[in-house]
Amino acid sequence: MTISELMFPPAFIMIIGAMLLPVVRDSFRPVLLVLVPLLTLLMIWNLDDGVLLSARFLGYEVELVEASNVRRLFATIFALMAMIGGFFAFRHAKVAELSAAMAYAAGAVGVSFAGDLITLFLFWEFMALFSTIVVWCGGTEEARRAGIRYGIMHLIGGIILKIGIEGVAIQTGSIEIQALQLESFATWMILIGILINAAAPPVSAWLSDAYPEASPTGSVFLSAFTTKTAVLALWLLFPGQSVLIWIGLYMIFYGIIYALMENDMRRILAYSIVNQVGFMVVGVGIGTEMALNGVAAHAFSHIIYKALLLMSAGAVMVQTGKRKCTDLGGLYRTMPVTAVCGIIGALAISAFPYTSGFISKSMISSGAAYEQYAFVWYCLVAASAGVFLHAGIKFPWFVFFQKDSGLRPKDPSWNMQAAMIFFAAACVLIGVFPQILYDFLPFEATYEPYTADHLVTQLQLLLFAGLAFFVTLPLMKRTLTISLDVDFFYRRLGPILWRAFERLVKGLGDLLQSLVVKPSKSIPAMLLRYHGPEGPLARTWPTGSMLLWVTVLLVIILIGARLL
Amino acid sequence: MLAHLPVLVILAPLLGAPVASLLRGPNWPWLLATLLSWFALLCSVLLLIQVNAQGTFIYTMGGWEAPWGIEYRIDFANALLLVLITGLASVVLPYARLSVEHEIGADRCPLFYTALLLLILGLCGITVTGDAFNVFVFLEVSSLATYTLIAMGRDRRALTASFSYLIMGTIGATFYLIGVGFLYVMTGTLNMADLAERLPAISDSSTVRTAFAFIVTGICLKLALFPLHLWLPNAYTYSPSAVTAFLGATATKVAVYVLIRFVFTIFGVEFSFGAEPLAEVLVPLAIIGLLSASTVSIMQPNIKRMLAYSSVAQIGYIVLGLAMGTAMGLTASLLHVFNHGLMKGALFMVMGAVAYRMGGTSIDDMRGLAKTMPLTFWAFVLGGLSLIGVPLTVGFVSKWHLILASLELGWWPVVVAILAGSMLAVVYVGRVVEAGFFGEPKDATKREAPWGLLVPLWVLVIANIWFGIDTRLTVDIAEAAAAQLMAGGVVR
Repeated sequence: MTISELMFPPAFIMIIGAMLLPVVRDSFRPVLLVLVPLLTLLMIWNLDDGVLLSARFLGYEVELVEASNVRRLFATIFALMAMIGGFFAFRHAKVAELSAAMAYAAGAVGVSFAGDLITLFLFWEFMALFSTIVVWCGGTEEARRAGIRYGIMHLIGGIILKIGIEGVAIQTGSIEIQALQLESFATWMILIGILINAAAPPVSAWLSDAYPEASPTGSVFLSAFTTKTAVLALWLLFPGQSVLIWIGLYMIFYGIIYALMENDMRRILAYSIVNQVGFMVVGVGIGTEMALNGVAAHAFSHIIYKALLLMSAGAVMVQTGKRKCTDLGGLYRTMPVTAVCGIIGALAISAFPYTSGFISKSMISSGAAYEQYAFVWYCLVAASAGVFLHAGIKFPWFVFFQKDSGLRPKDPSWNMQAAMIFFAAACVLIGVFPQILYDFLPFEATYEPYTADHLVTQLQLLLFAGLAFFVTLPLMKRTLTISLDVDFFYRRLGPILWRAFERLVKGLGDLLQSLVVKPSKSIPAMLLRYHGPEGPLARTWPTGSMLLWVTVLLVIILIGARLL
Repeated sequence: MLAHLPVLVILAPLLGAPVASLLRGPNWPWLLATLLSWFALLCSVLLLIQVNAQGTFIYTMGGWEAPWGIEYRIDFANALLLVLITGLASVVLPYARLSVEHEIGADRCPLFYTALLLLILGLCGITVTGDAFNVFVFLEVSSLATYTLIAMGRDRRALTASFSYLIMGTIGATFYLIGVGFLYVMTGTLNMADLAERLPAISDSSTVRTAFAFIVTGICLKLALFPLHLWLPNAYTYSPSAVTAFLGATATKVAVYVLIRFVFTIFGVEFSFGAEPLAEVLVPLAIIGLLSASTVSIMQPNIKRMLAYSSVAQIGYIVLGLAMGTAMGLTASLLHVFNHGLMKGALFMVMGAVAYRMGGTSIDDMRGLAKTMPLTFWAFVLGGLSLIGVPLTVGFVSKWHLILASLELGWWPVVVAILAGSMLAVVYVGRVVEAGFFGEPKDATKREAPWGLLVPLWVLVIANIWFGIDTRLTVDIAEAAAAQLMAGGVVR
């Protein structure tokens, strides 16, 4: 590769870090976990705008590093997430998980700075590979199966994306990352490939299928990278494509409805990731400067509070070993730090004023309002209430309050507490001083979140939603149920189809054998015949039947030439 | 010395083979063969540099000018092939010392290395020569050596596999010879460049068309195109591990090269694809082959045999690329010739290491391999990823170009077939990886394979990743070769 200006992409620091993690001494590991993302952050913030590193690959000039405001913002939160997540995890997670998570984050940073579609695809697949390993590190039989399903889903997504990229490369000769128009089959394929990673319908279920099966620390990492790199890719490639608004709205309500029915606390949070990413997809679909600013800001604050929520859920799991809302409750007395941090995360996701969620989500809603998308605006407002119901109240209420479950766990280890406090502080800080975040947004932000109008609307909404929750509490109280989703079909139907396929292949083989092999037994050259123990199509075939094929091919070529 | 490079590649194994048969013990013949293969690799690399700098390299045997004498004619296509053959020989031979002594016994080692040197000689000879009859001679040399090597497998079934290949190989060579005979009757020359010059004028004659049919069929038998592949699974399964690694990586590829040479250089694109139904015949066979062989792979209990069927599938990709008849398809085909050599070489060497420790190559022998033989296991994982075509491996590079070539033609069903093939590869590689990673070892006391096997194996694995990242060498040379071949290839 020819190197210009930069020596290597920022992602390489974390890739090297991921390779070092398994080989260093245990005591040095936390240092590495913090130091490597810090170095990456340092590098990210010293990148000038524009293409900084290009190389020759597959006959194209690929742009390994291209920096801009929005790319830097996403890369920053990915690196920060790797650091705090690693710090949260290092005492409980396996080395393999820490290393895979670091590589996974490296992939996300790599996607952030990818200047062309090929580089994007390379890091995209890198993420798919290592996130599958993170799921597997859950260590249970469910995690193994969920990991395989997750891997296959991302494999299919990757293939679709690859076809799209190759199609665009053939049609336009350009692999540049720029706003694409949905006018050819290839660009649709790219969009579909990206949307699969964003957990868009009809495959939203992969997320809530896989993430809750990872280890308590693993799901913290998983919540951050895959869907948000997809949001960034949509941001860069498809801003203002109105089809995204409807896809996003579907995701928002899908997430709310399934989360309300769910009993497993990490599955609740997983569904709410789909819901929150739905907000971002709507924002990209609106595509105005304000909406796009809102998407970037919301992705940033979402990663923080969603990680915070999953950390508190993870802490509860580590301390109690339980994950169902019906088994938990009343933990606030013995786990005060976890409870407070969890509540701050829950308030932030509900866009409570003076939290990070408020200052970012309102930008997207206002983006809809300013563009006269009245229906979209109503949906977003209604959805905000729904978010407060399922994530803002339901998660903390059933885990930390409600009944006394009889469990008396302590707060988790100091590193977990420190990580949670750090992110909780970030939620509040960004909420109180929004300008900290606004200064780094891709377009100039003149948005003022704290107007009386905004505050009153939002508070009314939240209060009524809260009221609704406690009035309907008997309905909300989940019994031990399992919700069915689209993934049910491929989990159950997949094996059935596979067995049918096996039978079909075997049947075809038997047929072929009875047609070709048996009659040819009379040929003398068949003395050397040998029957393998393997399947029919794989049988050791007699030399005579091989000769038959040779003759057939010769005749076909001879006759074919006459026909042409 | 630089002026004699093409003949040095041939002379080294030619002179080394009888010497190796006279040496005693297992180690001396091995050392001689290894050093000679390294020397041949050095010559090939120098030759490639030379071709890159100065264009087609012509060497007249004994100073006799063509068409009276035999000339060796090296352009990008065969220079690349030559590097692949000698490169694989240079990696497989160091690996062979332990593996061969273990599998066929010390007393037969001199014979083994003699046959292996003759095989290298034959393959290199087919590649460098510019004479159609000379190709036949070298084809026979390499085939006879192959029959011997396959028969040395420790399983008695190796004998029937070898005999069956002997019959099929002879038929293939005979068909080729009949075709060349027809061409000689019509043109009075055996020199490839001369043939290419004289054929267009008489391409309408049925003799030339019959010659084309015989030559293509004969070579397709040698390159194991579906459904003429039936000799291959047994030959690969029962021959000694080192032989499988070398054959799987190079032998069918050389046949592909001969097909490319005849179709593009000698008969020319217009004749092969215009007057003859080459694309119409080869594309469906390639696609059926890659799908059917991949499906068979999924259900194979013997992993070595599984990889053999996967080779048939990969030949499907290679033939598909060249059957498109476009520069991009040909690029993809040449790339996959080189890249598949790297990945299959590595994977068959893994199976050799497994056989060395576990005594077999069934999926039961692979269970729990991540615990007992981690380096061997991870080599399989990386080789498998390359076979699937995961980014940053060579498999990705060739599949990328193959899909690009199909999209260029707008052949959507072909794209779907290529992707379906990749998905099938995920399944058959995945089930082995799953057994290795999650399974319980059959015998937990087994340890990692010795370094003598691991080092050459990992050299190839790293090459899989190296050429997956640095594509300048492979892609640029394959593109140059394809451009040269599409233009008729012959530069007078």
